[in-house]
Amino acid sequence: MTVQILTANRLGDGAVVYRAQAGGWTERLSESLVLVSTEDAAETLAGAETPEASLEIVGPYLMPVDNSDGEIRPVETREFIRAKGPSVAFGNGHQAENTPLSLAG
Amino acid sequence: MPLIKEGVLAEDSWQALADEDELVEGPIVVTLDRWQSEREALLSRNTPIGVRLKSDQTPALLADDLDRFAVVALEFPKFNDGRAYSYARLLRDRYAFKGEVRAVGNVLRDQFLLMQRCGFDAFEVANEAAAAAWEKAISEISVTYQPGADARRPALALRRNRPAA
Amino acid sequence: MYRYDEFDHTLVNERVHQFRDQVERRLSGELTEDQFKPLRLMNGLYLQLHAYMLRVAVPYGTLSSTQMRKLAYVARRYDKGYGHFTTRQNIQFNWPKLEETPDILADLAEVEMHAIQTSGNCIRNTTSDQFAGAAADEIEDPRVYCEIIRQWSTLHPEFTFLPRKFKIAVTGADHDRAAVRVHDIGLQMCRNEAGEVGFEVVVGGGLGRTPVIGQTIREFLPKQHLLSYLEAILRVYNQLGRRDNLYKARIKILVRSEGIESFRNLVEEEWSHIKESALQLPLDEIARIENYFSPPRYERLDDTVRELEVKRFEDRDFASWVRTNVSTHKQPGYAVATISLKPTGKPPGDASAWQMDAVADLAESYSHSEIRVTHEQNLVLAHVKKADLYALWSGLRDVELATPNAGLLSDMIACPGLDYCNLANARSIPVAQRISERFSDLERQHDIGGLKIKISGCINACGHHHVGHIGLLGVDKKGEEFYQITLGGSADENTAIGKIVGPAFSYDDVVDAVEDIVDTYLEYRSDGEEFSDTFRRVGLAPFKEKLYAAH
Repeated sequence: MTVQILTANRLGDGAVVYRAQAGGWTERLSESLVLVSTEDAAETLAGAETPEASLEIVGPYLMPVDNSDGEIRPVETREFIRAKGPSVAFGNGHQAENTPLSLAG
Repeated sequence: MPLIKEGVLAEDSWQALADEDELVEGPIVVTLDRWQSEREALLSRNTPIGVRLKSDQTPALLADDLDRFAVVALEFPKFNDGRAYSYARLLRDRYAFKGEVRAVGNVLRDQFLLMQRCGFDAFEVANEAAAAAWEKAISEISVTYQPGADARRPALALRRNRPAA
Repeated sequence: MYRYDEFDHTLVNERVHQFRDQVERRLSGELTEDQFKPLRLMNGLYLQLHAYMLRVAVPYGTLSSTQMRKLAYVARRYDKGYGHFTTRQNIQFNWPKLEETPDILADLAEVEMHAIQTSGNCIRNTTSDQFAGAAADEIEDPRVYCEIIRQWSTLHPEFTFLPRKFKIAVTGADHDRAAVRVHDIGLQMCRNEAGEVGFEVVVGGGLGRTPVIGQTIREFLPKQHLLSYLEAILRVYNQLGRRDNLYKARIKILVRSEGIESFRNLVEEEWSHIKESALQLPLDEIARIENYFSPPRYERLDDTVRELEVKRFEDRDFASWVRTNVSTHKQPGYAVATISLKPTGKPPGDASAWQMDAVADLAESYSHSEIRVTHEQNLVLAHVKKADLYALWSGLRDVELATPNAGLLSDMIACPGLDYCNLANARSIPVAQRISERFSDLERQHDIGGLKIKISGCINACGHHHVGHIGLLGVDKKGEEFYQITLGGSADENTAIGKIVGPAFSYDDVVDAVEDIVDTYLEYRSDGEEFSDTFRRVGLAPFKEKLYAAH
């Protein structure tokens, strides 16, 4: 079933974050707050568009996910890549700290 | 709206009139439309007059009338609509306009320096905090590479004048 | 190369302080993101998919070894150990933290570098010929004028909020390696009938959503009027360029809607007022800048170098590299070496910190400590003694930078695409990787000959797909990545916009499609023909037939 979660980039380092079920923001897709009704979604989004929230995150928006088997998965290619990090090795594969961003979940 | 002139908050003696407003006593700023349709009546008042140009109205439209105005106000509907920078340059450089060139609309401190360099000398800002930031905003960058409408001397001129090493 | 004096140093340092203050105001909440975004963009700081991205200017693509080492340092200290060289001859760091960017800029300022105007609707980095100063077909070194334009355009108060971004390219050679006809303004150095050197001025070119080849606005512009003429063009554009539609805001749209004649009249009228102003360049100022770009002290050498010929004979890999990656230098006994940043299966344009350090060292040893970044996302050492080529090649091989593919099929341009970019519709890098793996046999690439594949992940065309012999444009079809193919484009002095061959191919099928195109070309080409020649002769039809009969 297609439901929504709220995502943004973290102000300090631009990392992809999701509104967490436990409150606040998380880097883990699996910990994100699943929004079933459009009213809940709109309210959660509005809560992230305040001056206070802008001290933590940038550009919040709602994204569709599939959680039909209990696991939260993005629907769009772009969101898969945001969740997993670049699909390619980088720096010719030689950079010292090439820690691929962990697949959330 | 607070007005910055010569780096400090200044009394604004001008009243900006919308097209539907009644004429009032004292110095007024009118739109281009009003100037064009009521030119003779406005001139016959014998009080100082200013004109306000929208961002798609070039001062070239007023080239022959500029000596009638004590103020030309140039609108920034958004801070990133940069047309008025060129209009200010034209007013100062091309038409040698000596009156006040006033920035109105979305006028932010991060653009003060650019505006001043293009010939603006009065700034209507949203709040008084902007005035407090004035000095810093216009002195943050002391070097300029281009001739402008202000008194700053570009690096080229300074380089040519320095004693040979 | 150019060295900062006290004015340049002061400006760049003040700009760092100004940006530090802007970042602090954002972090404290004094600035909203909407207010901060244009300020950070004016300093090259984007927010991409996974992180911030800082684009650092490499003015006209020229770097010193010291600067390259600093880039390596920044990559290690603040990023994930690598950088990405772009088609704008700049470098991008993909993982900086917001609060560290002022420190990065302060570090860069120490080596006379900055990120000023690497984004925003202003005059961007002026680009040039990567062989400048070394090319045999050059009238003068175009970087002299690039530097003059760099200074004039830096923090230009009137042109900081143009309708859209503005790109200027300058070339001094007959063979156009700087793609000047697809820039907002292209300057081609030329001589008039009296033999004086000046510029042919081309305006209104560009790629993006609406690719347009620029038109000549002035056949000959004397040097001393360069800045006043540029200012006249920019002033007309700033007032009349469209601001109601992002996609119609570039100068090419204005030039097209006005018509070149009418646009020229507007510019010439404006110019007549400012031609004799303080913008006129004194000849001694031109000479002062020229001094910085005076040629290195060449040794008097024989052009035929025996050691080189012996090594070519002994070492096939070296011979293969010399064949593709070494170009003619104007000075006997010297050569220009292209360092390919396109190893098979790797992201085009990426270099790791240790590779950057190695290139800095090699440039110091063999090329007067100077490095060029090319718009095709490679590096160039412009003044290498032929006798040193083998040592250079050995050093490059040690750091996996000796791929002998410059100008060949696997020397592709690719934008960062959907792996990094917020605007992209589809990935570019993995497509480039898969193509280079498919054609990993270098003999096969040599047989195919010079071929330019250019890949953009969206219509903004950062990967220059319109001017690729084969261009790939990523599009989104119902959430899936597809690639539209164009054929017959060219970015050199015979600039041409590629033609769309037909319906787009899926991510899985696009590499097969490229192979079909190459096979068709090989089938139809006559002796001595390059891809463009064959394409002009046979047209789209045989390619269409092959592609859409097979798929």
